[in-house]
Amino acid sequence: MDYQLTEEQVMIRDLARQIARERVVPVRAEMDEKGIFPWEIIKVLGESDLMGLHIPQEYGGMASGALAHMVAIEELSKACLGVSTTYAANALGTFPLLFFGSDEKKKKFLPEIASGKRLVAFALTEANAGSDASGIQTTAKLDGNEYVLNGTKQWITNGGEAEIYTVVAMTDKSRGARGASAFVVEKGAPGFTFGKKEDKMGIRCSATRELVFENCRIPKDNLLGREGMGFLVAMKTLDHSRCGVGSQGLGVAAGALDEAVKFARERVQFGHPIIGFQAIQHMLADMATAVEAARALVYSVARAMESGVKDFSKVSAMAKVFATDVGMRVTTDAVQILGGSGYMKEYPVEKMMRDAKILQIFEGTNQILRNVIGQELNKEAARGN
Amino acid sequence: MKIVVCVKQVPDTAEVKLDREKNTLIRDGVPSIINPYDRHAIEAALSIKEQAGGGTVTAISMGPPQAEAALREAIELGVDEGVLLTDRAFAGSDTLATSRALAAMISIISPDVIFCGKQAIDGDTAQVGPEVAEFLGIPHVAYVRKIVTVSDGAIRVERLMDDGYDVVDTSLPVLFTAVKELNTPRLPSLRGKMAAKKAVIKKITAADLSIPEGELGLSGSPTQVNRVFTPEARGGRKALSGSLEEQVSALAGELRAMSCA
Repeated sequence: MDYQLTEEQVMIRDLARQIARERVVPVRAEMDEKGIFPWEIIKVLGESDLMGLHIPQEYGGMASGALAHMVAIEELSKACLGVSTTYAANALGTFPLLFFGSDEKKKKFLPEIASGKRLVAFALTEANAGSDASGIQTTAKLDGNEYVLNGTKQWITNGGEAEIYTVVAMTDKSRGARGASAFVVEKGAPGFTFGKKEDKMGIRCSATRELVFENCRIPKDNLLGREGMGFLVAMKTLDHSRCGVGSQGLGVAAGALDEAVKFARERVQFGHPIIGFQAIQHMLADMATAVEAARALVYSVARAMESGVKDFSKVSAMAKVFATDVGMRVTTDAVQILGGSGYMKEYPVEKMMRDAKILQIFEGTNQILRNVIGQELNKEAARGN
Repeated sequence: MKIVVCVKQVPDTAEVKLDREKNTLIRDGVPSIINPYDRHAIEAALSIKEQAGGGTVTAISMGPPQAEAALREAIELGVDEGVLLTDRAFAGSDTLATSRALAAMISIISPDVIFCGKQAIDGDTAQVGPEVAEFLGIPHVAYVRKIVTVSDGAIRVERLMDDGYDVVDTSLPVLFTAVKELNTPRLPSLRGKMAAKKAVIKKITAADLSIPEGELGLSGSPTQVNRVFTPEARGGRKALSGSLEEQVSALAGELRAMSCA
């Protein structure tokens, strides 16, 4: 379908597609198997200006808008979700700085992020604070001109590799969710170390690691926004990033569909390519329809975000839930169509299926996001619209 | 540092077929690409400019108007400007006439370094680079596989040979031709793509170069294509391994078997 992309959006799509084809596809299986972090690819993405699509031009970015960003994520996700997770998590980590950072902090950090020289990570999750983010136990106490952080963040994407971290910690536990605050912490800050690196089912080239803060001292002005705004920062950040996870689901589904169609045209059984059989055709038809529906939703939500709509929690949750469920279903069906070959590492769809699962879990499980959508429906009905 | 890189638009030979009757390439419907060796030349030109901390890289090409696309692609990669020699008078040029025209254009630009690919994948002559240098009266180093040092007025390179490599020191201006071992060509950037879209490609005609009419195009091309043929496949080959004695005895065995057959 023609989504009437602008000239710039088409350039971004073509560029991301070329990088995916020439630099990601040839190495994705090895990176997956050995858990190699995709620094080489991040470098290329930086040189190609794609690391700064979400960053304003005054801070060295391209300011290409949400839809362009979705298109880039989609293309990278067709090739490798580990790479696109690294890429999208970088934007996730940048959003708190973009929305709540002082001009001075933006000038300091954003140009290096836009050029791909330094990666960012967003740190919210803890052992006892997943879907229930109010369970955060990491604390930050003001001591003179510094905040002192203590606690452990868990499962942090880009952890250890990133040099800039946006971290949510409690400045006043007695106030519950209103006692959280957001900070920017640089790698190398005294008392900031890394814990266990996770061995994962999928997205194995992306880094997932613990952040350990032991009397970690950071300058007072590394606070983003004001004390007590931590949850607002986190929610606004996630509202912006969730559509991107939807685009990852769209991308991996589209990539798996391409593989399934290609295989079904080549594989001959009973004297015919299996794409001629109705059982296969109907599966492919459902997969293709789901991919197109996911794309239509993700692109529409991105356009709504660009248009300046204030509240898009509900629709960005919808884009994430729908498109990542599509990602899981279509990759599973692609493995089925490839049959025994699909189950083998020689073909890319088994990796796609393993990778797709995380999309239904991170940045809000699809169950929690259905709560978000349901609560919004309730609120809207109460308001009478 | 002023650098010129010569770029040729060629049919993608991975997809091209031969017209068996006319002995020519069937170019219809075949996508055009930048000659792959020229991509290495472009990369080298850009990295020399970056190392030198400034300067300009000008890509020049001779060809039909659609060859402009190759120059825009070069600009996407970071080349500063594109110059296209395009004129009916250039049509039918062999390597000599092509080199004469390119050299005339390059002498107007007067660069410090000129980069070409070692050869084009359609003609495969590997003549144009060195011929341009001869017309300009400057040194050339063909088959450059590494740029070792770049300093004021001198460059040290490694030249790939069948049996190893030569280290060559050269003064400037100089012309190099690039082999694929030289570097990994970069991918375009978004800013480059935007610049390429807006770029004005300078068009140069025969009249701009003040070359006598008889020295251009078909009339300036002494090359006659007598016959085009596919070389016969060589016979079977085999590599022997093991100790010297084992190899000698295996070779003797092979030779005996052949004379029996």
